[in-house]
Amino acid sequence: MSTTQPPVVEREVEEYRPHRKWFRRPDIMGPVLVLLAVYGVLVGFVEQENFFRTRMEAPGGLVRFDWMWFFHLIPLMLKGLLVTIKATLLGFAVAVVLGFFLALGRRSKVLVLRWPTIAVIEFVRSTPVLVQLFFWLSLERAVPGVDLGPITLLAVGLGIHYATYCSEAYRAGINSVDQGQWEAATALNLGPVTTWVRVVVPQAVPNVLPALGNFLVAAFKDAPMGFVVGVHGLLFFADQVSSETFRVTEPYLIAGVGFLLASLPAAWAVRKLEKRIAYERI
Amino acid sequence: MIIVGDWLLSSGQYQTLLESSLVTVQILLYSFVLGIVLSLVVGVGRLSEHEWVRGAALAFVEFARGISSIILLFIVAIAAPILLGIPQASLILLATIALGINMGGYGAEIIRGAIQSVPKGQTEASISLNLSPMQQLRHVVLPQAMRVILPPMGNLTIEILKGTALVSLVGVTDIMQSARNIRQEQLADQVGTLPILYLNVLVLYFILAQVVNALFKFWEWRVNKSFMGGPALTRDELPPDVLHAGAGVGG
Repeated sequence: MSTTQPPVVEREVEEYRPHRKWFRRPDIMGPVLVLLAVYGVLVGFVEQENFFRTRMEAPGGLVRFDWMWFFHLIPLMLKGLLVTIKATLLGFAVAVVLGFFLALGRRSKVLVLRWPTIAVIEFVRSTPVLVQLFFWLSLERAVPGVDLGPITLLAVGLGIHYATYCSEAYRAGINSVDQGQWEAATALNLGPVTTWVRVVVPQAVPNVLPALGNFLVAAFKDAPMGFVVGVHGLLFFADQVSSETFRVTEPYLIAGVGFLLASLPAAWAVRKLEKRIAYERI
Repeated sequence: MIIVGDWLLSSGQYQTLLESSLVTVQILLYSFVLGIVLSLVVGVGRLSEHEWVRGAALAFVEFARGISSIILLFIVAIAAPILLGIPQASLILLATIALGINMGGYGAEIIRGAIQSVPKGQTEASISLNLSPMQQLRHVVLPQAMRVILPPMGNLTIEILKGTALVSLVGVTDIMQSARNIRQEQLADQVGTLPILYLNVLVLYFILAQVVNALFKFWEWRVNKSFMGGPALTRDELPPDVLHAGAGVGG
C-alpha cells in the first residue's frame, strides 16, 4: 500500500519518572539536601548561651502583661529554641539508627537476643522521659571519667526513648514487606545482607517515613525537658528570664508561641509527606 | 559482685514512694476525665455542620497537639494564674488542666476517626428512626466506635501517665518529688546511690503503666464480648413482652 502514512507524532517523553533511582529525583533530593544543610548548620554552629539576659528593663509588678517586653524577648527566645531544635535533631539521629537495630533484635530468631530486646523496648516505652533523663544524669555523674555535656546527655536520653518507638514503626514496616519478596530473595540466592539492604529496607523504609516524622515531632515536644539536665534551651530561657526579672507571664508565653511556630509547620510537613506517600503507593 | 539488697530501697522509702504514687494516680484520673470530656466535645465538634465549630475544634486540636506538654504545664500552672489574676489556685488542679488539654487534643482525633469509621448506613438508619443527634451519638454511633477508640485511647492514657511525671517540676508532691525527698534522706544517712533510686522509680512507673494497660485490655475484652452474639434465647427465656408482641409488629 502506498497510502501516505500519518506523520509519526513525536510523543512527549513524560517528565515525571518515579522509577528513576531515588538520588536522581529532584523531588526527593531537594528536600533531603535542604534538610541536610539545615541539619549541618544547626548541629555545627548553634552553641548554647550561658545567660539569657534582657537589655530592656522589665515592667513593674503591677503590670500583668506588657506587649513591648513580650516582643523584646523574641531574639532571646529564638536562641533558646535553636538549642532545643539542635538537641532534638541529634537525639533523633540516635533514635533512627538505634531503633533499626532494636527492630532487628526483636525479630531475631535467637531467644537470648529477642527477649531482652523486647523487655528493654517495653520498659523504656512505658516510663517517663523525665525520669529517664534524671537517671542518665545520675548515671553520668556516678561513673567516673564520663563527661557528656548537657546537650549530648539530652540527645542520648531522647534518642534511647524514641528508639523504642521507632523500632515499633520499623517492625511494622518490615512486616508489611510481602512474604514473596523474601522467598524471591532466597530463590535468587541472595545473602542475608544483600536481602536486607537491596530488597527489604528499600521497600520497608518509605512506608515508615511518616511514622518516623511523627516521632520526630513528638521528640521535639519532649526536648524542652532538657531543662532538668542543664540544656540552655527554650524552657531554660523562660526560667532564667523570669527568675531574673520576677515576671512570669511574658517569658513562658513567648516560649509557648515560639514552640508552636516550630512544631506546627513540622507537623504539617509530616502530614504532606504522609499524603504523598499514600498517593505514590496506590 | 551484685547483691540484690543493693538494688532495693528500704521499706520506709518504698512506702513513701507508694503514698506519693497515689497523687500521681489522682492526677492521672482527673486529667483522664477532663481529657475524655474534651476529646468527646472537640471530636464531635470537628464533624459539626457549622463551619465555625469545625474551625474552633481544629484550632484547639492543632494547639493541643502542637505544644509541648511541659511548656503548656508551665504556662497553665505559673503564667496563667498571674495573667488572669486568679489567686491561689490548687496546683493539682492546674496541672490537671494542662495534662487534660494535652490529652483532649490527641483524643479528639481518635474519636473523630472512630466516628468516621462507623458505616454511614448506621447514621442514616438512626435518622430514619427519628433519633435526635444526641441519641444517635449516644445509642448508635459511639457504642460501635468504642472498639476503634479503646486501643489507641489506652496508649494515650499511658502517655498521660508518663506526662504526670512533669508535675513535680511545678511543685506537686508526686513520685518524682518524693524521690528527691528520699535522696535527701539518703544523703543524710550516707546510704544508697542516685541511679538505683531512679531505677526503682522507673520500675514503679512501669508497673503503673502495666496496670493501666491491663485495665484497658479488660475494658476492650468487655466491649468485644458485647459485640459477639450469644446463643439464641429459647422460648422460655424470652421476655414476655417480646413473646406476646407477635410476629406482625411492622404490619
